[in-house]
Amino acid sequence: MSVTREQVAKIASLARIKVDEGDLDHFVPEFNAILGFVEQLGEVDTSSVEPMTAVIPQHLRLRDDVVDADPLTGGGKQAEVLANAPVAEHGFFGVPKVIE
Amino acid sequence: MSDLTNLGVKAIRDGVAAGDFTAREVAEAFNANVAAAADLNAFIVTTPEHALAAADAVDAKRAAGEELGTMAGVPIGMKDLFATRGVQTTAASAILEGFKPEYESTVSQKLWDAGAGMLGKLNLDQFAMGSSNETSHFGNVANPWKANDGGNAVLAPGGSSGGSSAAVAARLAPAATGTDTGGSIRQPAAFTGISGIKPTYGRCSRWGIVAFASSLDQAGPMARSVEDCAVMLGAMAGFDPKDSTSLDAPVPDWAGALNADLRGKKVGIPKEYRMDGTDAEILASWDDGIAWLKDAGAEVVDVSLPHTKYALPAYYIVAPAEASSNLARYDGVRYGLRDLPEGAGLQDMYAATRAAGFGPEVKRRIMLGTYVLSAGFYDAYYTQAMKVRTLIQRDFNEAFDKCDVILAPTTPTAAFPLGDKLDDPLAMYLNDVFSVPASLAGLPAMSVPSRLNAKGLPLGLQLVGKAMDEQMVLNAGLAIEQRSGFDAQPEKWW
Repeated sequence: MSVTREQVAKIASLARIKVDEGDLDHFVPEFNAILGFVEQLGEVDTSSVEPMTAVIPQHLRLRDDVVDADPLTGGGKQAEVLANAPVAEHGFFGVPKVIE
Repeated sequence: MSDLTNLGVKAIRDGVAAGDFTAREVAEAFNANVAAAADLNAFIVTTPEHALAAADAVDAKRAAGEELGTMAGVPIGMKDLFATRGVQTTAASAILEGFKPEYESTVSQKLWDAGAGMLGKLNLDQFAMGSSNETSHFGNVANPWKANDGGNAVLAPGGSSGGSSAAVAARLAPAATGTDTGGSIRQPAAFTGISGIKPTYGRCSRWGIVAFASSLDQAGPMARSVEDCAVMLGAMAGFDPKDSTSLDAPVPDWAGALNADLRGKKVGIPKEYRMDGTDAEILASWDDGIAWLKDAGAEVVDVSLPHTKYALPAYYIVAPAEASSNLARYDGVRYGLRDLPEGAGLQDMYAATRAAGFGPEVKRRIMLGTYVLSAGFYDAYYTQAMKVRTLIQRDFNEAFDKCDVILAPTTPTAAFPLGDKLDDPLAMYLNDVFSVPASLAGLPAMSVPSRLNAKGLPLGLQLVGKAMDEQMVLNAGLAIEQRSGFDAQPEKWW
């Protein structure tokens, strides 16, 4: 299976990555080379195989239902959460206007 | 005191504890080597003050007669994929330039708690995506080794943990943290003549490690001896409730139980790794390894891993798919770079930010992942890859019915010159052909140096063990280390 220039542009849009014509010039052949390589997986008969869900068998744990049980990951950290934001105003993340 | 930088982890720790030298003297010696090695570009930021403060704390504890940790007085390099409180953490990407975490990763915190100090944050491939450390926003890392063929080409230190491997090989640090998704500890270790181990998936907490492919990412130590790796892994591993895939299992005393006597053990040699066109010197190094393990008392048996050739294609679906999900978080809103073109809305801001912040390899993988997860293609690519992953794991399980550990080369070649494979992503990916299968199966795997090739460049041997059996991997690694006599060092040019 190979992808067209339009498909790669569509994928970039889905991935929210702005690409220009020059980017597409190299992404399209690179994509097709990689897809051509992974294509060989189709040779493998997997009709009776389950897809892997966990590489090491584990049971999923539930944490105790306690507020701030682990202070590292608990709440009340507004300043820390905002500390690296490109724009923070009035205790919130700042973004461009989304509603006209 | 200049030879303090030739000491490894255990020698430094024991020397500090015995009072042969102070932790401060050690930190100063390594800080000086780091400061004098800018040509290698191994560090993105250096933190000599962190190393000195940790050393002073250890010296004070010793003076007070308090018990010292297993890494006490050992200054290390920290791959810049681990969140370090107040110290820039970038994953070598422009999108995180200037990001200073408000918290500390579990693994780095455990190392500081054990008495280690930080020399700086080590360069890597951007978001750990690469095999040559050429995708970093902060420039290439130079391998301290050079070929003896008269050329002066600067070689790749391997990747993604290329800053780690270069720093340890060049004596800028006695050890460093690495992370391994498809070979990012083992391949750079092999390219620089050092040792490195990726433990069983889940041994080391992923909390606070910048995520690439969450079902594969695993931290581990890189150092100049098997014993040093065992000591440091012991300090890094352990259950962490903050990581839902952390293994709730006790951490064995790997260093204390090291034993190179392999009598009664079986070493499997996978026939599928003997691929057409494999470098003759790689095969000769593998034969050396077989002879050394026999000499250590092991019985050598042939095993088969029939789906080996499908590991790399499966990896290049699974890892990009997970990366495309994980890296969705870089949106210019909460942290990192924001590119807001004049008059742009939110969606345009996302796209412009990600275009400006991610390097070409990261974009390639995010887009590939987006494609294989998109409606209509998901089953053909992602589900099929996860089924093949089941088969690869099954191959290993069946092989381990016949043997205790598997021996193979780490890489298909020695270190290659920077720029050699940069224009061909597929050729670069093929570098991980021997390391990816163990990653897909979540198994502990290690690289130890074996010999120099005809060009004077180090080669590595890989040991792959059963899940949870790091001890067998380390023991076999030690048996090789004791017999290879590998003590070559790169000639200083930086």
